Amino acid sequence: MADRIALQVLRYRPEQEAEPTVEQYEVPCRKDWVVLDGLNYVKDRLDGSLSYRWSCRMGICGSCGMMVNGEPKLTCATFLADYDPGPVRVEPLSNFPVIRDLVIEMGDFMRKLPAVKPWIVRKEEKPLPEGGYLQTPEQMDEYKQFSMCINCMLCYAACPVYGLDPTFLGPAAIALAQRYNLDSRDQGARERLEILSQHDGIWGCTFVGECTKVCPKDVDPAAAIQRYKLKAALEWLKPFFLWGSER
Amino acid sequence: MPRRVPHDDRPAYTEFLPRWYRPRMSTYWWLKRRAYLTFILRELSSVFVAWFVVFLLMLVAAVSRGEESYRQFLSWSGSPVVVVLNLVSLFFVVFHAVTWFNLAPQAMPVRLRGKRIPGSWVTASNYAAWAVASALVAWLLLGG
Repeated sequence: MADRIALQVLRYRPEQEAEPTVEQYEVPCRKDWVVLDGLNYVKDRLDGSLSYRWSCRMGICGSCGMMVNGEPKLTCATFLADYDPGPVRVEPLSNFPVIRDLVIEMGDFMRKLPAVKPWIVRKEEKPLPEGGYLQTPEQMDEYKQFSMCINCMLCYAACPVYGLDPTFLGPAAIALAQRYNLDSRDQGARERLEILSQHDGIWGCTFVGECTKVCPKDVDPAAAIQRYKLKAALEWLKPFFLWGSER
Repeated sequence: MPRRVPHDDRPAYTEFLPRWYRPRMSTYWWLKRRAYLTFILRELSSVFVAWFVVFLLMLVAAVSRGEESYRQFLSWSGSPVVVVLNLVSLFFVVFHAVTWFNLAPQAMPVRLRGKRIPGSWVTASNYAAWAVASALVAWLLLGG
Protein backbone atom coordinates (compact mmCIF):
# COMPACT_ATOMS: atom_id res chain seq x y z
CA MET A 1 0.00 0.00 0.00
CA ALA A 2 1.32 3.44 -0.98
CA ASP A 3 1.75 5.84 1.92
CA ARG A 4 -0.02 8.67 0.12
CA ILE A 5 -3.13 8.86 -2.03
CA ALA A 6 -4.48 11.59 -4.32
CA LEU A 7 -7.84 13.16 -3.44
CA GLN A 8 -9.51 14.86 -6.39
CA VAL A 9 -11.99 17.17 -4.75
CA LEU A 10 -14.69 19.10 -6.56
CA ARG A 11 -14.45 22.76 -5.57
CA TYR A 12 -17.18 25.29 -6.16
CA ARG A 13 -16.54 28.84 -4.97
CA PRO A 14 -19.51 30.87 -6.18
CA GLU A 15 -17.67 34.17 -5.59
CA GLN A 16 -14.96 33.24 -8.10
CA GLU A 17 -16.29 30.60 -10.49
CA ALA A 18 -19.54 29.79 -12.25
CA GLU A 19 -18.88 26.05 -12.48
CA PRO A 20 -17.14 23.58 -10.18
CA THR A 21 -13.48 22.75 -10.78
CA VAL A 22 -11.38 19.83 -9.58
CA GLU A 23 -8.47 20.26 -7.20
CA GLN A 24 -6.05 17.52 -6.32
CA TYR A 25 -4.53 17.02 -2.88
CA GLU A 26 -2.05 14.41 -1.67
CA VAL A 27 -3.09 12.97 1.67
CA PRO A 28 -1.63 10.16 3.81
CA CYS A 29 -3.16 6.78 3.00
CA ARG A 30 -3.30 4.99 6.32
CA LYS A 31 -4.98 1.69 6.96
CA ASP A 32 -7.47 3.24 9.40
CA TRP A 33 -8.16 6.45 7.49
CA VAL A 34 -11.48 7.12 5.86
CA VAL A 35 -12.20 9.65 3.10
CA LEU A 36 -13.40 12.11 5.75
CA ASP A 37 -10.00 11.87 7.50
CA GLY A 38 -8.44 12.78 4.16
CA LEU A 39 -10.72 15.82 3.83
CA ASN A 40 -9.96 16.89 7.41
CA TYR A 41 -6.26 16.58 6.60
CA VAL A 42 -6.74 18.86 3.58
CA LYS A 43 -8.71 21.36 5.68
CA ASP A 44 -6.17 21.36 8.55
CA ARG A 45 -2.90 21.24 6.61
CA LEU A 46 -3.34 22.08 2.93
CA ASP A 47 -6.32 24.31 2.21
CA GLY A 48 -8.46 25.74 4.99
CA SER A 49 -11.00 27.08 2.53
CA LEU A 50 -12.41 23.63 1.67
CA SER A 51 -16.05 23.35 2.80
CA TYR A 52 -17.89 20.12 3.65
CA ARG A 53 -20.30 18.83 6.28
CA TRP A 54 -19.46 16.30 8.94
CA SER A 55 -20.15 15.69 12.58
CA CYS A 56 -20.12 12.32 14.33
CA ARG A 57 -17.61 10.43 12.11
CA MET A 58 -19.26 7.17 13.17
CA GLY A 59 -22.09 6.69 10.68
CA ILE A 60 -24.99 7.95 12.72
CA CYS A 61 -25.37 11.71 12.07
CA GLY A 62 -25.82 11.38 8.31
CA SER A 63 -23.96 14.62 7.52
CA CYS A 64 -20.93 13.47 5.55
CA GLY A 65 -22.61 11.90 2.52
CA MET A 66 -20.70 12.62 -0.70
CA MET A 67 -20.03 11.00 -4.04
CA VAL A 68 -16.84 8.93 -3.81
CA ASN A 69 -15.69 7.82 -7.26
CA GLY A 70 -19.24 8.36 -8.45
CA GLU A 71 -20.95 6.35 -5.70
CA PRO A 72 -22.98 7.94 -2.90
CA LYS A 73 -21.10 7.11 0.33
CA LEU A 74 -20.82 8.17 3.94
CA THR A 75 -17.25 9.48 3.84
CA CYS A 76 -16.76 8.50 7.49
CA ALA A 77 -17.34 4.85 6.58
CA THR A 78 -15.39 4.71 3.30
CA PHE A 79 -11.77 3.71 3.71
CA LEU A 80 -9.07 5.36 1.63
CA ALA A 81 -7.12 2.11 1.49
CA ASP A 82 -9.97 0.48 -0.44
CA TYR A 83 -9.25 2.94 -3.28
CA ASP A 84 -5.49 2.40 -3.25
CA PRO A 85 -3.57 3.43 -5.40
CA GLY A 86 -6.13 6.13 -6.15
CA PRO A 87 -6.97 8.76 -7.15
CA VAL A 88 -10.16 9.15 -5.12
CA ARG A 89 -12.66 11.56 -6.58
CA VAL A 90 -14.83 13.32 -4.01
CA GLU A 91 -17.88 15.26 -5.22
CA PRO A 92 -20.97 16.73 -3.60
CA LEU A 93 -24.03 14.44 -3.48
CA SER A 94 -25.71 14.14 -6.86
CA ASN A 95 -29.21 15.46 -7.58
CA PHE A 96 -28.94 18.40 -5.16
CA PRO A 97 -27.95 22.03 -5.78
CA VAL A 98 -24.42 22.79 -4.59
CA ILE A 99 -23.94 25.71 -2.21
CA ARG A 100 -20.19 25.50 -1.94
CA ASP A 101 -17.53 22.83 -2.58
CA LEU A 102 -19.00 19.63 -1.10
CA VAL A 103 -21.93 21.28 0.67
CA ILE A 104 -25.31 20.61 -0.90
CA GLU A 105 -28.63 22.40 -0.39
CA MET A 106 -30.96 20.00 1.42
CA GLY A 107 -33.99 22.27 1.84
CA ASP A 108 -36.05 20.15 -0.55
CA PHE A 109 -35.58 16.99 1.53
CA MET A 110 -36.20 18.92 4.74
CA ARG A 111 -39.56 20.11 3.39
CA LYS A 112 -40.56 16.65 2.16
CA LEU A 113 -39.76 14.88 5.39
CA PRO A 114 -42.46 16.48 7.61
CA ALA A 115 -44.97 16.19 4.74
CA VAL A 116 -45.29 12.43 5.40
CA LYS A 117 -45.88 12.97 9.15
CA PRO A 118 -43.00 10.86 10.43
CA TRP A 119 -44.27 10.68 13.98
CA ILE A 120 -46.84 8.62 15.83
CA VAL A 121 -50.31 9.92 14.96
CA ARG A 122 -53.12 9.04 17.41
CA LYS A 123 -56.79 9.70 16.82
CA GLU A 124 -57.19 10.09 20.54
CA GLU A 125 -54.39 10.29 23.06
CA LYS A 126 -54.69 7.95 26.02
CA PRO A 127 -54.75 9.77 29.38
CA LEU A 128 -51.32 9.93 30.99
CA PRO A 129 -52.14 7.78 34.08
CA GLU A 130 -52.95 4.85 31.80
CA GLY A 131 -49.29 4.65 30.85
CA GLY A 132 -47.45 4.33 27.54
CA TYR A 133 -48.40 2.47 24.41
CA LEU A 134 -46.94 -0.98 24.80
CA GLN A 135 -45.51 -3.04 22.00
CA THR A 136 -44.28 -6.62 21.67
CA PRO A 137 -40.85 -7.39 20.15
CA GLU A 138 -42.67 -8.89 17.14
CA GLN A 139 -44.58 -5.65 16.61
CA MET A 140 -41.33 -3.71 16.79
CA ASP A 141 -39.70 -6.03 14.24
CA GLU A 142 -42.38 -4.97 11.75
CA TYR A 143 -40.91 -1.49 11.34
CA LYS A 144 -37.48 -1.59 12.97
CA GLN A 145 -35.54 -1.84 9.71
CA PHE A 146 -37.18 1.31 8.35
CA SER A 147 -36.53 3.18 11.59
CA MET A 148 -32.76 2.92 11.10
CA CYS A 149 -32.75 5.80 8.56
CA ILE A 150 -30.29 8.57 9.46
CA ASN A 151 -31.49 11.06 6.78
CA CYS A 152 -28.12 11.02 5.01
CA MET A 153 -29.80 11.44 1.60
CA LEU A 154 -27.52 8.94 -0.15
CA CYS A 155 -30.69 7.30 -1.53
CA TYR A 156 -31.73 10.59 -3.13
CA ALA A 157 -28.30 10.90 -4.74
CA ALA A 158 -28.65 7.36 -6.16
CA CYS A 159 -32.22 7.79 -7.42
CA PRO A 160 -32.44 8.77 -11.12
CA VAL A 161 -36.16 9.46 -10.73
CA TYR A 162 -35.39 12.16 -8.16
CA GLY A 163 -32.58 13.49 -10.37
CA LEU A 164 -34.90 13.84 -13.36
CA ASP A 165 -37.94 15.03 -11.41
CA PRO A 166 -37.19 16.70 -8.07
CA THR A 167 -40.90 16.82 -7.18
CA PHE A 168 -40.68 13.06 -6.40
CA LEU A 169 -41.12 12.52 -2.69
CA GLY A 170 -38.09 10.24 -2.67
CA PRO A 171 -36.90 7.01 -1.01
CA ALA A 172 -36.10 8.10 2.55
CA ALA A 173 -39.33 10.08 3.08
CA ILE A 174 -41.45 7.16 1.88
CA ALA A 175 -39.47 4.63 3.94
CA LEU A 176 -39.99 6.80 7.02
CA ALA A 177 -43.71 7.09 6.31
CA GLN A 178 -43.79 3.30 6.10
CA ARG A 179 -41.86 3.07 9.38
CA TYR A 180 -44.79 4.81 11.13
CA ASN A 181 -47.48 3.06 9.11
CA LEU A 182 -46.16 -0.31 10.29
CA ASP A 183 -45.96 0.81 13.91
CA SER A 184 -48.69 -0.83 16.00
CA ARG A 185 -49.07 2.37 18.08
CA ASP A 186 -49.74 4.57 15.06
CA GLN A 187 -53.15 5.46 13.61
CA GLY A 188 -52.07 7.90 10.90
CA ALA A 189 -51.84 5.55 7.91
CA ARG A 190 -54.88 7.10 6.21
CA GLU A 191 -53.53 10.64 6.52
CA ARG A 192 -50.21 9.51 5.05
CA LEU A 193 -51.92 7.62 2.24
CA GLU A 194 -53.25 10.95 0.90
CA ILE A 195 -49.71 12.24 0.46
CA LEU A 196 -48.02 9.00 -0.51
CA SER A 197 -50.54 7.87 -3.12
CA GLN A 198 -50.18 11.08 -5.12
CA HIS A 199 -48.43 11.02 -8.46
CA ASP A 200 -45.24 12.45 -6.94
CA GLY A 201 -45.41 9.91 -4.12
CA ILE A 202 -44.96 6.15 -4.45
CA TRP A 203 -46.11 6.04 -8.09
CA GLY A 204 -43.14 8.17 -9.13
CA CYS A 205 -40.87 5.25 -8.20
CA THR A 206 -39.96 2.96 -11.09
CA PHE A 207 -38.09 0.45 -8.88
CA VAL A 208 -34.55 1.12 -10.05
CA GLY A 209 -33.53 -0.24 -6.64
CA GLU A 210 -30.31 1.76 -6.24
CA CYS A 211 -31.59 3.52 -3.09
CA THR A 212 -31.44 0.19 -1.29
CA LYS A 213 -27.97 -0.66 -2.58
CA VAL A 214 -26.39 2.59 -1.39
CA CYS A 215 -28.17 2.77 2.00
CA PRO A 216 -25.50 2.64 4.74
CA LYS A 217 -28.03 1.46 7.34
CA ASP A 218 -29.72 -1.34 5.31
CA VAL A 219 -33.07 0.42 5.46
CA ASP A 220 -34.20 -0.90 2.05
CA PRO A 221 -36.33 2.06 0.94
CA ALA A 222 -37.10 0.31 -2.38
CA ALA A 223 -38.86 -2.46 -0.46
CA ALA A 224 -40.83 0.08 1.58
CA ILE A 225 -42.05 1.78 -1.59
CA GLN A 226 -43.01 -1.43 -3.43
CA ARG A 227 -44.86 -2.76 -0.39
CA TYR A 228 -46.67 0.53 -0.09
CA LYS A 229 -47.65 0.43 -3.78
CA LEU A 230 -49.38 -2.88 -3.14
CA LYS A 231 -51.14 -1.47 -0.09
CA ALA A 232 -52.25 1.68 -1.92
CA ALA A 233 -53.56 -0.38 -4.85
CA LEU A 234 -55.56 -2.59 -2.48
CA GLU A 235 -56.95 0.49 -0.72
CA TRP A 236 -58.01 1.85 -4.09
CA LEU A 237 -59.73 -1.44 -4.99
CA LYS A 238 -61.50 -1.83 -1.65
CA PRO A 239 -64.62 0.26 -2.42
CA PHE A 240 -65.28 -1.87 -5.52
CA PHE A 241 -65.38 -5.08 -3.53
CA LEU A 242 -66.57 -4.13 -0.09
CA TRP A 243 -69.89 -2.37 -0.23
CA GLY A 244 -70.48 0.01 2.61
CA SER A 245 -66.99 -0.45 4.04
CA GLU A 246 -65.11 2.49 5.44
CA ARG A 247 -63.36 4.34 2.61
CA MET B 1 -29.76 43.06 -6.74
CA PRO B 2 -29.35 42.50 -3.02
CA ARG B 3 -28.22 45.53 -1.12
CA ARG B 4 -24.56 45.68 -0.19
CA VAL B 5 -23.70 46.40 3.38
CA PRO B 6 -21.35 49.43 3.49
CA HIS B 7 -17.76 48.70 4.58
CA ASP B 8 -18.29 45.03 4.03
CA ASP B 9 -16.40 43.40 1.23
CA ARG B 10 -18.28 40.12 1.27
CA PRO B 11 -19.88 39.45 -2.11
CA ALA B 12 -23.41 40.83 -2.04
CA TYR B 13 -25.20 37.66 -3.08
CA THR B 14 -23.85 35.48 -0.28
CA GLU B 15 -25.70 37.55 2.32
CA PHE B 16 -29.02 35.77 2.06
CA LEU B 17 -29.07 33.90 -1.21
CA PRO B 18 -26.00 32.00 -2.23
CA ARG B 19 -25.57 31.31 -5.92
CA TRP B 20 -26.23 27.60 -6.13
CA TYR B 21 -24.71 25.40 -8.75
CA ARG B 22 -27.41 23.16 -10.21
CA PRO B 23 -25.89 20.23 -12.06
CA ARG B 24 -28.13 18.85 -14.80
CA MET B 25 -28.53 15.16 -15.36
CA SER B 26 -26.95 14.00 -18.60
CA THR B 27 -29.25 12.50 -21.24
CA TYR B 28 -27.03 9.43 -21.02
CA TRP B 29 -27.33 9.00 -17.25
CA TRP B 30 -28.45 5.41 -17.76
CA LEU B 31 -25.04 4.51 -19.18
CA LYS B 32 -23.21 5.65 -16.07
CA ARG B 33 -23.98 2.70 -13.87
CA ARG B 34 -24.59 -0.95 -14.68
CA ALA B 35 -27.68 -1.00 -12.46
CA TYR B 36 -29.16 1.97 -14.34
CA LEU B 37 -28.56 0.22 -17.67
CA THR B 38 -30.20 -2.96 -16.38
CA PHE B 39 -33.16 -0.88 -15.24
CA ILE B 40 -33.54 0.87 -18.62
CA LEU B 41 -33.32 -2.46 -20.46
CA ARG B 42 -35.97 -3.89 -18.14
CA GLU B 43 -38.24 -0.93 -18.92
CA LEU B 44 -37.52 -1.31 -22.65
CA SER B 45 -38.41 -5.01 -22.46
CA SER B 46 -42.08 -4.05 -22.04
CA VAL B 47 -42.15 -3.11 -25.74
CA PHE B 48 -41.13 -6.67 -26.65
CA VAL B 49 -43.57 -8.19 -24.19
CA ALA B 50 -46.27 -6.15 -25.95
CA TRP B 51 -45.02 -7.42 -29.31
CA PHE B 52 -45.47 -11.05 -28.17
CA VAL B 53 -49.04 -10.24 -27.18
CA VAL B 54 -49.70 -8.70 -30.60
CA PHE B 55 -48.06 -11.74 -32.28
CA LEU B 56 -50.29 -14.10 -30.32
CA LEU B 57 -53.40 -12.10 -31.21
CA MET B 58 -52.38 -12.18 -34.88
CA LEU B 59 -52.00 -15.96 -34.65
CA VAL B 60 -55.46 -16.33 -33.10
CA ALA B 61 -56.97 -14.05 -35.76
CA ALA B 62 -55.28 -16.07 -38.54
CA VAL B 63 -56.54 -19.37 -37.12
CA SER B 64 -60.09 -18.01 -36.84
CA ARG B 65 -60.03 -16.98 -40.52
CA GLY B 66 -59.38 -20.52 -41.70
CA GLU B 67 -56.66 -22.85 -42.90
CA GLU B 68 -55.37 -20.77 -45.80
CA SER B 69 -54.88 -17.71 -43.62
CA TYR B 70 -53.16 -19.85 -40.96
CA ARG B 71 -50.70 -21.16 -43.56
CA GLN B 72 -49.98 -17.62 -44.72
CA PHE B 73 -49.33 -16.60 -41.14
CA LEU B 74 -46.96 -19.54 -40.64
CA SER B 75 -44.91 -18.70 -43.74
CA TRP B 76 -44.81 -15.04 -42.74
CA SER B 77 -43.61 -15.90 -39.21
CA GLY B 78 -40.91 -18.10 -40.79
CA SER B 79 -39.41 -15.15 -42.65
CA PRO B 80 -35.97 -14.10 -41.37
CA VAL B 81 -37.09 -10.65 -40.19
CA VAL B 82 -39.87 -12.06 -38.00
CA VAL B 83 -37.64 -14.85 -36.68
CA VAL B 84 -34.94 -12.33 -35.69
CA LEU B 85 -37.54 -10.03 -34.12
CA ASN B 86 -38.99 -12.93 -32.14
CA LEU B 87 -35.54 -14.07 -30.98
CA VAL B 88 -34.74 -10.55 -29.75
CA SER B 89 -38.16 -10.42 -28.09
CA LEU B 90 -37.56 -13.78 -26.42
CA PHE B 91 -34.28 -12.48 -25.01
CA PHE B 92 -36.01 -9.41 -23.58
CA VAL B 93 -38.95 -11.36 -22.17
CA VAL B 94 -36.56 -13.75 -20.40
CA PHE B 95 -34.50 -10.78 -19.22
CA HIS B 96 -37.66 -9.12 -17.90
CA ALA B 97 -38.73 -12.28 -16.08
CA VAL B 98 -35.33 -12.95 -14.51
CA THR B 99 -34.72 -9.37 -13.32
CA TRP B 100 -38.28 -9.14 -12.04
CA PHE B 101 -38.06 -12.45 -10.14
CA ASN B 102 -34.84 -11.23 -8.54
CA LEU B 103 -36.61 -8.09 -7.33
CA ALA B 104 -39.68 -9.95 -6.05
CA PRO B 105 -38.41 -10.62 -2.49
CA GLN B 106 -38.04 -6.87 -1.92
CA ALA B 107 -41.62 -6.16 -2.87
CA MET B 108 -43.04 -9.19 -1.07
CA PRO B 109 -41.87 -9.91 2.43
CA VAL B 110 -43.46 -13.28 3.15
CA ARG B 111 -43.91 -14.38 6.73
CA LEU B 112 -44.26 -17.95 7.89
CA ARG B 113 -45.24 -18.48 11.52
CA GLY B 114 -44.26 -14.92 12.36
CA LYS B 115 -40.78 -15.17 10.83
CA ARG B 116 -39.75 -13.60 7.56
CA ILE B 117 -38.67 -16.25 5.10
CA PRO B 118 -35.40 -15.68 3.20
CA GLY B 119 -35.64 -13.68 -0.03
CA SER B 120 -34.12 -16.52 -2.05
CA TRP B 121 -37.18 -18.66 -1.24
CA VAL B 122 -39.49 -16.04 -2.74
CA THR B 123 -37.32 -15.88 -5.88
CA ALA B 124 -37.17 -19.69 -6.04
CA SER B 125 -40.97 -19.99 -5.75
CA ASN B 126 -41.33 -17.57 -8.68
CA TYR B 127 -39.01 -19.74 -10.78
CA ALA B 128 -40.89 -22.84 -9.68
CA ALA B 129 -44.21 -21.29 -10.75
CA TRP B 130 -42.62 -20.37 -14.09
CA ALA B 131 -41.36 -23.95 -14.58
CA VAL B 132 -44.80 -25.42 -13.76
CA ALA B 133 -46.55 -23.03 -16.16
CA SER B 134 -44.01 -23.80 -18.91
CA ALA B 135 -44.37 -27.56 -18.34
CA LEU B 136 -48.15 -27.23 -18.57
CA VAL B 137 -47.91 -25.34 -21.87
CA ALA B 138 -45.39 -27.88 -23.22
CA TRP B 139 -47.71 -30.75 -22.23
CA LEU B 140 -50.67 -29.05 -23.93
CA LEU B 141 -48.71 -28.47 -27.14
CA LEU B 142 -46.76 -31.72 -27.38
CA GLY B 143 -48.52 -34.44 -25.51
CA GLY B 144 -51.99 -33.37 -24.45
